Amino acid sequence: MSSTFIPETPAGAPATPRTLETKLVRSDQIFRRGVAMSGVVVLMIMGAVGLFLTLKAVPALREAGFGFFSTADWEVSRGKFGIAAVLTGTILIAAVAVSVALPISIATALFITEVAPVWMRSWLVALVDLMAAVPSVVYGLWGLFLLQGQAVGVARFINSWFDWIPLFHVNGADPNSPLASASVYTASTFIAGIVVAMMVMPIQCVVMREVFSQVPIGEREGAFALGATRWGMIRAVTLPFGRGGMIGGTMLGLGRALGETIAVVLIISPLFKINFHILQVGSNSVSSLIAIRYVESTPMSLSALMAAGLVLFMITLVVNFTASWFVARSRSGAGSEA
Amino acid sequence: MSLLDTPGATPIEMAPSAQPAAYDPVWAAADPNQPATVLPSRPAAARTPAQPRPIGGLSRADLLMMVGAAVSSLCITMLLFGRLTPLKGKFGFVLVAFVLYLVVYAVLSSLTERNTAVVDKVMSIAFTAAALVAFFALASVILYVFIKGWQAFTNWNFFTEDMSSTGPLDPLSQGGVAHAIVGTLIMMTISLIITVPLGIACAVYLNETRGKFANLVRTIVTAMTALPSILAGLFIFITWILILGFRPSGFAASLAISIMMLPIIIRASDVVLRLVPGNLREASAALGAPQWRTVWHVVLPTARSGLTTAVILGVARGVGETAPVLLTAGAANAMNVNPTADPMISLPLAAYNFVKAPGEILHARGFAAAAVLMLLVLVLFTVARILGGRPAGRLSKRQTRKAAAQSLDDLARIEALSTGSK
Repeated sequence: MSSTFIPETPAGAPATPRTLETKLVRSDQIFRRGVAMSGVVVLMIMGAVGLFLTLKAVPALREAGFGFFSTADWEVSRGKFGIAAVLTGTILIAAVAVSVALPISIATALFITEVAPVWMRSWLVALVDLMAAVPSVVYGLWGLFLLQGQAVGVARFINSWFDWIPLFHVNGADPNSPLASASVYTASTFIAGIVVAMMVMPIQCVVMREVFSQVPIGEREGAFALGATRWGMIRAVTLPFGRGGMIGGTMLGLGRALGETIAVVLIISPLFKINFHILQVGSNSVSSLIAIRYVESTPMSLSALMAAGLVLFMITLVVNFTASWFVARSRSGAGSEA
Repeated sequence: MSLLDTPGATPIEMAPSAQPAAYDPVWAAADPNQPATVLPSRPAAARTPAQPRPIGGLSRADLLMMVGAAVSSLCITMLLFGRLTPLKGKFGFVLVAFVLYLVVYAVLSSLTERNTAVVDKVMSIAFTAAALVAFFALASVILYVFIKGWQAFTNWNFFTEDMSSTGPLDPLSQGGVAHAIVGTLIMMTISLIITVPLGIACAVYLNETRGKFANLVRTIVTAMTALPSILAGLFIFITWILILGFRPSGFAASLAISIMMLPIIIRASDVVLRLVPGNLREASAALGAPQWRTVWHVVLPTARSGLTTAVILGVARGVGETAPVLLTAGAANAMNVNPTADPMISLPLAAYNFVKAPGEILHARGFAAAAVLMLLVLVLFTVARILGGRPAGRLSKRQTRKAAAQSLDDLARIEALSTGSK
């Protein structure tokens, strides 16, 4: 006769999980403390930059009040200064840069991952990386001396056909007269934007290529097995898979475009008026304002520059965080660096 | 032409939706409003088996089609620009020719291919063209800078003299950028001394410990990669130079560059260290190594190539930065090897200053300075490609040989020990 035997729980205190504790050896305690110190130092440096920027910006913001965002002039000694013009210029330059760079970077990334023969790929990747490493002053020289001459013709062409769009209108230009001076088309937002696009393109392309190369091979082959062409596969698999990375990469490029200094300083002729005509001479940006005006070292003018820099930093910060949020949230972004 | 017209078919009353699933695709063409029943019959001729669609690769027909499209689009464009319309301009010519090329190519391939395949071909061409535009632009940047700087470049004194006794109108056989080269090297050395230990230690901290504080540090570092470089310069300019009262110097510029490089190096090293396989760490811990030994002897050597790349790419960014140096270094015309005392200049700043000034000769100097800078970046970049690019833990041939020799030595040692003890 057999029955199920139920063991009795022993009387006394109920069983509790054993607590595990790790005790670091002394050398490890020192090691932990050491690397933690480096973290603290980095945090302090970075915190100091942010804090200092904010604190120093306060006097100027207090003096200018809300007018800081609506004034286009920059005459600190007369108390009349604001970032309306420079911020508009910054955003317009970045917008031109991204809209020029985006199609090229997407297509280049797709070319590298999908179209190019395999032996060529590592070379192309190296070239794009190199493009990202070219110093901005080199792009600035190229833009000032080579590109400007070529781009003026393009600007004139766009102006003569799309003058009815306010963005492409140019004051004082006569596109129909062959003798009209081309100087109204130089030093414009458009040309600065193209030069910045050269810097933005590789940054976007690197992120996108990284994401496209992670498309699961099974899904690719599935699309081909269903009879898709290469473009059909790209549209149905690669682009949806890489969407997060594409948005993230675009915004990373945008962040870089907003902060670019030297190339913009070299190209534009500074203008403290809100100028929406992107083809017309004269533009401005926050960082070029700082680069040009830092020499006027009265405390208030520096504080005003700090305030402008702070606004720029806030914008790039939001853009970058949004970018990394998009990349991290996407299916593809788990391991990619962005 | 449908089967309904054939005399053998007997129409009966039947709802169209109730028709049986047909074997024959001819059903698809039948008019659904005319109910009919049809004896399904296979077509007499056996179907040719489906051919797999070629993916990628160029056939001879493709090549001929491309050449044909190119020739015809070029001819049409030349006609348009020369004869038929008042269009002109190089850029417009290329653009019109390219669009025409796409159209002609699409029409040509639609003669033999179906629509999906035509779209595929056109898109492939568009991608290739965009990549060509990008690489053409890169090539034109590099070539242009070298060509414009060549004249100054070929004068040997450009690398050995400074600008202290050279006026703006003096010929290229006088003066040079030795001071800027030295300045760049000194600034980068100081920046590296600051950022490499701090950056890598911080990356180790982020990877080897967990906790809220590490996450905070990581977030702040991520935030700081967004810092526009001019703000790093402005920060040092106001704190170090205006408030603390130091003179503009190479050291101040190095500080500004360090602030800009630090987040880049930390983030890149963080990514590399994260790729070190966890089982290596665990194996080391299982052998009884304390954490610092694991980090020093396992984690860092495994990630060495990636870390080197991270640092070199950080340097490539830092070496080309003009804006922070502009605000903090002062601009020197003379050689200065003391980073703490007098103004200094770096290559990008020298190029910027030369080009800002009027005069062909100074512009040539500016281009040559930019070309030297470009060479420096190219060298750094090549070194980074050679050293890096291998995933963590994958050894090069030389390292594999070294590791093999090491374990042979170990074997001999162990055998000697075991025979000795017997």
